[in-house]
Amino acid sequence: MKHVTVPVAYMPLVDAAPLIIAQEMGFAEAEGIALDLIAAPSWSSVRDMLAFGRVDAAHMLSPVPVAMAMGLGGMSTALSAVSVLSVNGNVIGVGTPLEDRLRANGYGFDFADPVAAAEALAQVRDGPIVFGVPFPFSMHVELLRYWSRATALGADGIVIRTVPPPLMANALAAGDVDAFCVGEPWGSVAVDEGAGALLLPGTAIWTFAPEKVLAVRTDWAETEPDLTGRLMRAIWRAGRWLADPAVRPTASELLSRKAYLDVPPELIDRALSGHLTVSARGEVRQVARFVEFHAGAASFPWRSQAKWIAAQLQQIHKTEPFDPDRIAHVFRADLYRAHLGAATVDMPGASEKVEGVIRHETAVATAGGGLTLLPNRFFDDQIFDPGAAK
Amino acid sequence: MTKTLTIVVVEEDRDRAIAIVDALKDACACDVFVIGNATGLARKIAAHAPDIVLIDIDNPTRDMMEELTLASGPLERPVAMFVSSAAGGMAQTAIEAGVSAYVVDGLSPERVKPVMDTAIARFAMVRQMRNELAETRRALEERKVIDRAKGLLMKAKGIDEDAAYALLRKTAMDQGRRVADVAEALVTASGLLG
Repeated sequence: MKHVTVPVAYMPLVDAAPLIIAQEMGFAEAEGIALDLIAAPSWSSVRDMLAFGRVDAAHMLSPVPVAMAMGLGGMSTALSAVSVLSVNGNVIGVGTPLEDRLRANGYGFDFADPVAAAEALAQVRDGPIVFGVPFPFSMHVELLRYWSRATALGADGIVIRTVPPPLMANALAAGDVDAFCVGEPWGSVAVDEGAGALLLPGTAIWTFAPEKVLAVRTDWAETEPDLTGRLMRAIWRAGRWLADPAVRPTASELLSRKAYLDVPPELIDRALSGHLTVSARGEVRQVARFVEFHAGAASFPWRSQAKWIAAQLQQIHKTEPFDPDRIAHVFRADLYRAHLGAATVDMPGASEKVEGVIRHETAVATAGGGLTLLPNRFFDDQIFDPGAAK
Repeated sequence: MTKTLTIVVVEEDRDRAIAIVDALKDACACDVFVIGNATGLARKIAAHAPDIVLIDIDNPTRDMMEELTLASGPLERPVAMFVSSAAGGMAQTAIEAGVSAYVVDGLSPERVKPVMDTAIARFAMVRQMRNELAETRRALEERKVIDRAKGLLMKAKGIDEDAAYALLRKTAMDQGRRVADVAEALVTASGLLG
């Protein structure tokens, strides 16, 4: 059988794993497709390649398609998030000057408590703390804003600037930024370069934050339903493969290749195992579910996730009121059901959920048997009811 | 009368930047500024209050530009990635040439067009030169690896250079691989066994 080649853009990050694994471990081939994986130099470039048809699918920051649907940023092509590629996986860190001041104050870098971390930062700052993030529309920004608003940092206590992660160490050295929020491996790279220390994992702010999505042009999903389905199934199976801890060495090795992340496998294993080195002193912290590709219906594109993202974007950018149901439709729970229904996925019964209410792993009944939902909790115990979202 | 256009070119490479600036100045009545260093990019751009910003599409600092597309950004007038439908397929052509343009809100397409035409031509030329350079480098790199592999074979099997190359080529043909790939595998394996 002749394989159909699907060009896919991605940023070389640990959470591009489902795409790389789908191609390398034969899940794409089993669906009769070959992924032409194109590493992009920037998130703008990923978005433009997808919008202009240079690629048919992309590894994308979950807020990007939502922001585009809200008319934010420079582009307006309709995109669909057909599945969530990864849940969580970011780290918040500080540059060496802040690290030194925090240590002088006795801060222990527990890498766990966001309230204590904010208080410690608030005590040592002499003005707003400038955070570097990879892109203006990103879970990084939404988590930082959410965290600062609800803690001693305060809504006006931080400034956010866009700095491409490979340039973060330079920006810290130049005093352009004081701190950062990035996806792995960039936090571990910063630690290993002695540029700073890690303060918190993203999961400490929201335990179930949709981080990257598989995005396609909405019209492509409509005109190529068969290809869309094959692509989604291959990537879903790659995510399931990644869920087995026994495959971690293989996954780290594959991702570390020069053609992909081009960093030592050991650095990648830190994120996959949640066993992170948080400072140049070699302090190690263990994080449960630091990044999740599969368990707890991680790849299901909940409409309520799109609504939460939109509500944050509206608050940050003071946009006009939007129609929540139109925005929610960017996260294509309908296509996920249509294309993965037969792949024996334990499909959630609903497409929206109240975000922030699951305290412990919870078993729920599904058509296919049982599904365990993972904790979904904001650090300040707020809940987000998508039905009440304006 | 219309105000002179202010154009900012974000480009690290000095020679390339000069070539682009010269071409733009020939093509339109405009002030052109070059920003070479990514540090504080958004603020530096805002200081010029440009009408158009041109940046290589493969430049990772493009993401820093994205802040300028937001009205609340440091630039008073938001800019947008150039996607004007009035200019037809120009956005597509620009992307293929490797240039992304950010154009201030409300600037008329007639004023943008000569700038874009010039930028597209110039960036396309730069891109082609860069591709050729990368190709040359790669060829040089492969030649080095092949030479090392030949050396290893000559030493291990006591054969001359021509015979070593013939062996590499035959192996490559038998396995349906490139000579450079076979050579690389040999050099790596030898390094491991070494």
